[in-house]
Amino acid sequence: MTWIDDDAVRHLRAVIDQPDLSDTRYVLLDTLGRGGMGTVYLARDTALDREVALKVLSLPDPDDGLARRMRAEASILARLEHPGIVPVHDAGRLPDGRVFYVMKRVRGRRLDQLDTAAMSIADLVRLARRICDPIAFAHAHRIIHRDLKPANVMIGDFGEVLVLDWGVAKVSREAQQEVERGSMGEGTPPAGQTVAGDAIGTPGWMAPEQRAGGAADADERTDVYGIAAILFFLLCGGPPPDSDDAIRGALEQRGPPLHRRLRAIVGKGLSADAAGRYASITDLASDLDRFLDGEPVAAHRDTPLERAVAWLAKYRTAVILVLTYIVLRVIFILATAD
Amino acid sequence: MLATGSSDPRLREEAWSALVHAYWKPVYKYVRVVWKAEEDDARDLTQGFFTLALEAGFLHDYDPARARSRTYRRLRLQRWLSNEPKAAQRQKRGGGYRTVDLDFAGAEREIAAAGHTSGIDADEFFRRETIRALISSAVDELRRQCAASGKTAQFAVFERYDLHGGETERPTYRVVADELGLPVTQVTNYLAWARRELRRIVLDQLFAMTGTDAEFRAEALELFGVEP
Repeated sequence: MTWIDDDAVRHLRAVIDQPDLSDTRYVLLDTLGRGGMGTVYLARDTALDREVALKVLSLPDPDDGLARRMRAEASILARLEHPGIVPVHDAGRLPDGRVFYVMKRVRGRRLDQLDTAAMSIADLVRLARRICDPIAFAHAHRIIHRDLKPANVMIGDFGEVLVLDWGVAKVSREAQQEVERGSMGEGTPPAGQTVAGDAIGTPGWMAPEQRAGGAADADERTDVYGIAAILFFLLCGGPPPDSDDAIRGALEQRGPPLHRRLRAIVGKGLSADAAGRYASITDLASDLDRFLDGEPVAAHRDTPLERAVAWLAKYRTAVILVLTYIVLRVIFILATAD
Repeated sequence: MLATGSSDPRLREEAWSALVHAYWKPVYKYVRVVWKAEEDDARDLTQGFFTLALEAGFLHDYDPARARSRTYRRLRLQRWLSNEPKAAQRQKRGGGYRTVDLDFAGAEREIAAAGHTSGIDADEFFRRETIRALISSAVDELRRQCAASGKTAQFAVFERYDLHGGETERPTYRVVADELGLPVTQVTNYLAWARRELRRIVLDQLFAMTGTDAEFRAEALELFGVEP
């Protein structure tokens, strides 16, 4: 048997998995990262002279199931034209047989790499609120992401928020039929089926119904949980605990303390029972908007005192002006009474 | 590995042969270097380990969900080595085991060339030698296929560039092209072809040794650069 030293073994392990880009318009530049089924490379598109991100299936795929899943991901991305979703430019098979797709190269930081220490609570909530938009857009197209976590959200250099990694998304039967009417039919999953296999989601970030193995039953509320989990991460620095009580405890113990309304929003979004969550991303987004505007939220019933305090806080300037007017008026009346 | 427990004798035998072919050398080196067995004892222990893998089927209860297959194999080997001396005392050297013709002298030369020192991490040693054995076996197969199909120039480029050891700096494509009398573009094309073929062979070998898609993927994921 040929003796191969450590350097040659290291070199071979690296190069034999690199995509064979011969006969394509792309030149390999670097490795950007590895995901569950694919590796993302930095490449140069020689036809347009620009850098792109090239995702290649890196796992062996004897039954072609992963290739179907990756083509489905490309189809989903191509279909979802939204500023919060990375656009796909090209897709196909490499000379070595592996499936690939090419997308815009996004420069920025993943949410799990972001330094949030200096950010205010309101800014963190706004960040989570912005993730709602592309997800709500996907839901409108009957596509469920199912793997929302900080590592799958990118903050671009221009402050844009992008949701990544749609590889385990669930496509409804209706959305599937719409895609098949388009040009990407080859890569789409079988009608009415989930895109992925059995293991759906990421441990620590999966909704309880996903953890219980009901991935095929995932609906909009699964992504509600995902965004609430990201908000929990932004506020508390880690993935949410497993039980509602532990989540409530973590939110209450956080310092500086969180507003009751915000704790209620996060708690409702992370409810172990999907029926206890917001029914849609739009509902969650509306509650986040109301919180940011200082208004009562659907997740929390304010006490009369809380309502009064909130009302005073909201109309503070007007109240001060009115009170000042009344005081001056009283002083004037008293002064002119003689 | 799971296929070594197949109820089909032919499939079981094929899986066993593939397993022995791919893993005998890491096992032998582990016994010699980590377990510090004498050369003759290491040969018997290696043969004995694989005999039991077939006859007692102690590798086919591997569960990909619970551990890496390499870790599982190493722990199985470790347990076998811990228990084996009692049995070995009752047997003549080489007796009682199904023997396979293996190049132990070649393995000894590799151990000497690597110059292993003390303080070796057992798991890391086994991991490194397992990967080396798999890739070496695939390179041999690539060489054989190239010779059979008249692609000796392709293999020569691959050997000169990709199999270059760490003792000197890797040559540039230009140097390889000049040495072999080829245009640089041809070097690039030959390398791409050889790497593609090597990847295919490695995956074929892995596929032959594994019993499920999950195990196959886990092995491949580890081989292709996902460090433990």
